[in-house]
Amino acid sequence: MSIKIKVEGLYKIFGNHPEKALKLLKEGASKEEIFKKTKQAVGCLDINFHVEEGEILVVMGLSGSGKSTLIRCLNRLNEPTKGKVAVDGVNVTALNHKELMEFRRKKFGFVFQNFALFPHRTVQANTEYGLEIQGVDPIERAERAKTALAQVGLAGWEQSMPGQLSGGMQQRVGLARALAVDPDILLMDEAFSALDPLIRRGMQDELISLQDKVKKTIVFITHDLDEALKIGDRIILMKDGKVVQEGTPEDILTNPATRYVEKFVEDVDMSKVLTARAVMTSAKVVAYPKDGPLVALRKMREQGMSSIFVMEKDGRFLGLLTAESAKGAADRGDKLIKEVINHKELPTVHPDDPLNSLFPLLAKHTFPLPVLDDEQKLMGIVVRGAVYAGLAERGSVA
Amino acid sequence: MEWIPKIPLADWIESAIDWASTNFAPLTKAISAFAETGINGLVTGMEWLPPWLLIAVFAAIAWRLAGVKLAIGTAIGLLFLWNLGLWNSTLETLALVLFSTMVAVAIGLPLGILAALSETCYRIITPILDFMQTMPAFVYLIPAIPFFGLGPVSAMVSTVIFAVPPAIRLTCLGIRQVPKDLIEAADAYGSTWSQKLFKLQLPLATPTIMAGINQTIMLSLSMVVIAAMIGAGGLGGDVWKAIQRLKPGMGFEAGLGVVILAMILDRITQKIGRGQVK
Repeated sequence: MSIKIKVEGLYKIFGNHPEKALKLLKEGASKEEIFKKTKQAVGCLDINFHVEEGEILVVMGLSGSGKSTLIRCLNRLNEPTKGKVAVDGVNVTALNHKELMEFRRKKFGFVFQNFALFPHRTVQANTEYGLEIQGVDPIERAERAKTALAQVGLAGWEQSMPGQLSGGMQQRVGLARALAVDPDILLMDEAFSALDPLIRRGMQDELISLQDKVKKTIVFITHDLDEALKIGDRIILMKDGKVVQEGTPEDILTNPATRYVEKFVEDVDMSKVLTARAVMTSAKVVAYPKDGPLVALRKMREQGMSSIFVMEKDGRFLGLLTAESAKGAADRGDKLIKEVINHKELPTVHPDDPLNSLFPLLAKHTFPLPVLDDEQKLMGIVVRGAVYAGLAERGSVA
Repeated sequence: MEWIPKIPLADWIESAIDWASTNFAPLTKAISAFAETGINGLVTGMEWLPPWLLIAVFAAIAWRLAGVKLAIGTAIGLLFLWNLGLWNSTLETLALVLFSTMVAVAIGLPLGILAALSETCYRIITPILDFMQTMPAFVYLIPAIPFFGLGPVSAMVSTVIFAVPPAIRLTCLGIRQVPKDLIEAADAYGSTWSQKLFKLQLPLATPTIMAGINQTIMLSLSMVVIAAMIGAGGLGGDVWKAIQRLKPGMGFEAGLGVVILAMILDRITQKIGRGQVK
């Protein structure tokens, strides 16, 4: 594989007098000291790494670690203070304004944390944006935007406005906008962080399968280690503007380079820290109180389940209906399942409950555990297999 | 304070105006000619149509832009003015307001864009606007006369000066309010500054800009009435005559005319502004 992006000795300092900060950095001052003395904020500090063609490189760090600054230095949305960024051997840091515009148009697609869709344009027009400013002919760009929207599963939504879409769908538009220009490189800045956990995991899966087809070079920023481990071919861990470790997910889990990384990784393999949220799946089929017992039975049969969760249309959780009680109700000729829903003695869990508190519940009951949010809405379910799978996936280093 | 001689500020200003009015004569004459043609053209054009037809046209415009209710209101209000015998005065005032607004927008929009895009321009323009808006409106009437003489052109010039600040300010504000992340997105895809301006900033700023134009129209109307003192004519002229002859009834009628015109213009432009948001 060839090297797509190479970053050498990159510094980014915010403020009017970066030279003062650079001097202090050389003398070994810390970020905080520099800010106190010179009012210059250090974003990135001597960063060196490369991205190979066709890989997903995840840059992972907590907020304030400089990861968003770093990704913006790659296409010079943030002007690097010092150092070099090369893409395909071209020194991006040396391009003049016009060349840079051209480079951004052709090489990079950018996906933003808060979607950054243009609210006055339709989904189609948003997707066309990159092609439009390149001056691509309208018929061709409409075609390419349509293809990109179909790739992210939004065929048929072309004429909607972004405000009418859910968060997950808006980010699909964001992704389609990036794919439409057919760039070599996708820069994704916390692209899934603003989404609900379930939708977020769905998007991660889709990104992985999409990447199998499109084979882009992707730089993906996240603060979530689970996400980094899941989608990254390689991971760079950042802290205080510096790279603390670089390697494959396996490397990082098995050989944490510093105490900092170790602490991060420690969290991953403990059932105490894994929460119900991390292992829950969506309840594919549920019954509603207006359903009759036969409808509920059929839903169970189709899914091969012996019980089904019942909720209101607005998502409020009502209880569990077993096949036996539904059958009983049907034999008695009841029209509604309301009477036979079991809502007493039914264990429910909160998304933030740690896994180890789920074990006793799962051992005692044969049905999945409903995960309810603070408003008693059904967010998902936890099945026994998923808990063990979740632990096994991450427990290999325990 | 007697031990410091008075600073002859007034003398300085006057000699500056004298100097400018002689040296810029070709320019002021050109402006005069342009404005006079524009205003007279508008007035003659509107007076050429029979009042009932013009009222129907106005009502239709109101209907198209703002709905049935406003169309009916417009028709009733204008019929009332026609009935009071204020028809020609109304047209003169309306022509002056529309022409002044057009000039104010033609000046204000580019300046507002400039102030939004360049920090230096913003720092220069803002204090000038502050100054213009705190200066009493009457003061603008005086220097207009040596440059343009008594009459509608002087009235238009002072009206434009008085009415242009909101157009500049709100254009600038509207553009600056465009969320930073959208600007960043446009930048990330390699937009030039003009692509950003026309594809993103101006469309998103339109409701705010329309609010600015609405204010410009309202200020124009109020200034056109004041400018009757330097020969603007129209409804303001009627009010001014009523004051001089101590005829409260006549003054009230003309004043009511101003109110009706103000309401029609305000409602229509407000609706245009909101229609853009969606």
